[in-house]
Formats: sequence, structure tokens, C-alpha cells
Amino acid sequence: MTAMTDDTLPAPRRAIRDEMIAFVIMAALLAAVPLTGIYPFFVMQALCFALLACAFNLLIGYGGLLSFGHAMFLGTAGYITAHALKVWGLAPELGILVGTAGAAGLGVITGVVAIRRQGIYFSMITLALSQLLYFIYLQTPFTHGEDGIQGVPQGHLFGIFNLANPTILYYVILAGFLFGFLLIFRTINSPFGEVLKSIRENEQRAISLGYKTDQYKLLAYILSGTLAGFAGALKVFVAQNASLTDVHWTMSGEIVLMTLVGGLGTVFGPVVGAFVIIAMQQYLAGFGQWVTVIQGVIFVVCVLTFRRGVIGEIAHYFKRSL
Amino acid sequence: MQALYAQLLVGLINGSFYALLSLGLAVIFGMLNIINFAHGAVYMMGAFCAYFLLNVAGIGYWPALIVAPIAVGIFGMILERTMLQWLSGLDHLYGLLLTFGLALIIQGVFQNYFGSSGLPYAIPDELKGGMNLGFMFLPVYRGWVVVFSLVVCIATWYLIEKTRLGANLRAATENPTLVRAFGINVPRMITLTYGLGVGLAALAGVLSAPINQVRPLMGADLIIVVFAVVVIGGMGSIMGSIITGFTLGVIEGLTKYFYPEASNTVVFVLMVLVLLVKPTGLTGRAA
Repeated sequence: MTAMTDDTLPAPRRAIRDEMIAFVIMAALLAAVPLTGIYPFFVMQALCFALLACAFNLLIGYGGLLSFGHAMFLGTAGYITAHALKVWGLAPELGILVGTAGAAGLGVITGVVAIRRQGIYFSMITLALSQLLYFIYLQTPFTHGEDGIQGVPQGHLFGIFNLANPTILYYVILAGFLFGFLLIFRTINSPFGEVLKSIRENEQRAISLGYKTDQYKLLAYILSGTLAGFAGALKVFVAQNASLTDVHWTMSGEIVLMTLVGGLGTVFGPVVGAFVIIAMQQYLAGFGQWVTVIQGVIFVVCVLTFRRGVIGEIAHYFKRSL
Repeated sequence: MQALYAQLLVGLINGSFYALLSLGLAVIFGMLNIINFAHGAVYMMGAFCAYFLLNVAGIGYWPALIVAPIAVGIFGMILERTMLQWLSGLDHLYGLLLTFGLALIIQGVFQNYFGSSGLPYAIPDELKGGMNLGFMFLPVYRGWVVVFSLVVCIATWYLIEKTRLGANLRAATENPTLVRAFGINVPRMITLTYGLGVGLAALAGVLSAPINQVRPLMGADLIIVVFAVVVIGGMGSIMGSIITGFTLGVIEGLTKYFYPEASNTVVFVLMVLVLLVKPTGLTGRAA
């Protein structure tokens, strides 16, 4: 079986230095967005999806597990956060905490089931689990079914920052994104991340070296789900709603597409992919169902000719790690 | 009791579709090592093909039962020749991603032209009406779907497990290089296998057209249930796929009667239970 990611990586030390430089450039560019007059709502939405795609990428790019149900974390955390803010009247920071914790709990429960199979079975199981949750959310009263939870109040973060102000909200979302991104970056380069990569490459050998691979995979799954949930909780403040679209399988497909376009197993690929796909949806919104068709075409083209993705191709060309 | 039998019948019909679809998935997976995400889309194409044959060319149900699977099967073979074959040797997951993209394209195109509402397809005259079995009223068409699907499933099982062609097929699944050394054209066999699997899905689509209406997204949600069926049954055995498909359909029908709220989740819940007890699936080998 050929690995899904490019492994002609340069020496780790130089790789980390390159990635740190790229990170600083990315953070600076994103911090400058409110000064440029770009529609902040678009960038905030893209940042939430970028974090979501990064969390998904942690699992596929470094653990070799393709989850086709990551929308369940996005949707679950979104529903819990929206409910906590609107019905319980919790402060934003507590709302985010509760939503993220909910996603973590979901990660533990579904992870124990899904981690029992590998490869395509894992993909089918995660897809089926997210569909199960979709039907549950369709029927339970607190999600308000087809209507979703609308008009969620944004409130004051830590009692100081008024999140109804777009600029303040933008920097809060950016801070959340960078925090999540750095956490993933740290995980990938930790001993835990190295073991994960070894499991992806050759699970049998990792087992023979004495690693309890199931525990590593489960932990990676929970971490990925928790961070995806964190992205879902942040997204509530941007969209001010939580709806069934966020739990639907088409959303899971979009997460996969973003990561594939940017580059599976690259550090910055999911971010680029998320911006590309969200921008595409924004510009093509008038074309109705053709957006689905175009997404399908991108899938096909990427798989057939462009498997490294945007960042993967750039990194390969310059023989750098990004 | 009438309602219980009626739900059992609905369950058997859904079970027929699960069986036909998971059978096709298993056959395709055996040869191509690909999970065909476009399976729901080709099922929908089968139904639309029957609809077009009737409304554009005036060709009725019976010819459509043969023409539609062949037409969609040929479409599948073209997909295999032009795209899927380039994925051999790559990680299985790329096949899943590619066919997911194909499903989006096919469903999106149909949605553009036909919206999301259903188009009616009449039951053929020969199968109209019903029979009173004493304990329940059986609509003839529904009985026909169950019996015919069962026959097709058994025929496919016979083809693969008992004929020389099937033996070659199974041998090529185990060791393609060796089979090629015997002078058998394995790439052509792979193409035909994909065509067969897709054709079975299209046949299920034609069968369901008079029952479920013809809709662009009719296969989209179904395929996810079929995935769960495949996880429960495992893809190692053809007979296993057939039995699991019918059994889960019946269980779903019973749930509709006893606890309707859980009817669209019961298959997924069963999947979770099976994974906890026997992770390799009921008949499957380890992946």
C-alpha cells in the first residue's frame, strides 16, 4: 500500500524552521486582514473551516485514518454552544468550553467504536456514525429540527470583549484558530506524533516495537474530534446559528475536499484548501446545484492528477516541508 | 397485525435493495479494492433510465428491467476505463474519494435538471393490484420485487461461486499476477466486474422506481445505510452480503412497527453493537 502523503521530507530541524517562518507569515497576513477592507465575515468563516480541516488532517495526514464523519463534531459542538449561549445564557468562554467538551465526549464514544477497523471500513463507520447523529439531531427537540438554533447572542468574552463588534470578533476567532493550529503543530512534532506517523507507515511494526497502537489512534481521534468541535464552537459566534447542515454528510465531504485540495498530510495545506473552497462557494453561490458538480469535479481532478494538493506541490517543488 | 405484516413487507423490500447494493459493493471491492461511493448515484441513474425509456422512447417496464442495467453498466465501465483504473496500486482511500466526487457530479447534474422532487413511475399493468393472503393484503408489485431480487442475488452468487468465470474472478481477486500468467485478461475482467456491480445497483433502481418515485437524491442517503450493512456483514462473502441485506431490512421494518422513532437509526445502532462484539463483521475477514 502506498502512503497517502509525501515523505521525501528534509531534515526535521530545517523542516520545523521552515514551518515556523511560514507560520509567522500566515499569522501576520491574517492579523492584517481588518486593515485591508476584506469582508471579515468571509475570513472568519474560512478560519473556522481551516481549523476544522487541520483537525481532520491530523487524523488522515499523520494517523492514516480517513474520517468521513467529521461534520458530527462540528455540528455537535455547534449545537451545544448555541444552546448554552441562548437557553442557559452562559458567557461565551464557557459556551465554547462546554461545546468543545461535548465534542471531546463524542470523540471518546465514537472513537471506541470506529477505531476497531482500519482503512475504508473506518471511513464507512465514521460516515454511518455521523448519519446516526444526524437523525438523532433531526428528532431531538433542543436542536429545533429543520429550523436549527437561530439568533444566538454573541455576548462579551471574559466580560470585556464585545463579540458583536466585527473587528473584536475577528481577532478572537483568529486567536482561537492560531491556538488550535499551534496545538496541532506541536502534536505532530511531539514523540506522540512520531509514533502516530510510524503507525500510519507500518502498524504491524509499531505493534512489534511495543506500542499499543489502538490507544495512540484513539487518542489522535479524540484530539482531532475535540479540535474540530472547538472550530464548531467558534463558528457559532460567526454564523450566530447552529443547523442541520453542519451535521450532514455533505459537510463531512467538504472537509475532506478542503484538505485534499490543500494537501493531505501537509501542515498548511488544510488552511489554504479551506480558503479556496469557501471562496469558491462564495463566488459561485448564484449557480445553485452546479457548486456541487464543481466540487465533484475538483475531487476527481485532485485524485487523478493532483494528489499532493496545492501546498504539497509547492513543498515538493522547493523540496521544503510546509 | 395487518400493520405489522405491512411493515415486514416494506422491510423485505428495503432488504432487497440493501442486498442488491451491498452485493455489488462486495463484488467491486473484491476485484478493484475500491469502495464505490457512486453506488447510490448509479442506483438513482437506473431509476432515471427507466423513467426516460418510458417517457421519451415509450419503452415500458419489462424491457427497461434489462436495458437500464446494461446502459448504466456500460456507463460504469467507461468510468472504470477512463478513471478508476489509474488508481490501482494507490491507497484504497483514493478510490473512495474519486467515487465520492463522481457521486457529487452525477447527483448534482440530475438535481439541476430535475430539482429535488420525485417523478412518478407507474407500476406495469401485469403487476398491478393485490392478493389477499388471508392474514394480509399483498400488493403484487411488492411481492414481485422481493422474489425477483432474491432470484437475482442467488444468480449472482451462483455466477461467482459455482461457474468457471466466477472461479477465474475469485482467483484474480486473490492473485491477479498469477491469473494473468494463465492468459486471462485481468484488466478486462476488472472492467466487466465493475460493470456488473454497477448494473446490479441500476437494477435495484429500476425495481424501486414504481415504489419510491424517481428522485435525484434517492440513492444518496441509501448508500450510507448500505455502508453500515456492509460493515455489519463484512465483504468477505457473497452469501453473507445477501443474508445481511435482507435481515437488516426486516429488522428495520419491525422497528418501524414497534418503535417508529428509531426506524432510520436502527441499522446504525446495530452496526455499533456488531463492532463492539465482533469487529470484523459477521461474515468478514479482517481488513
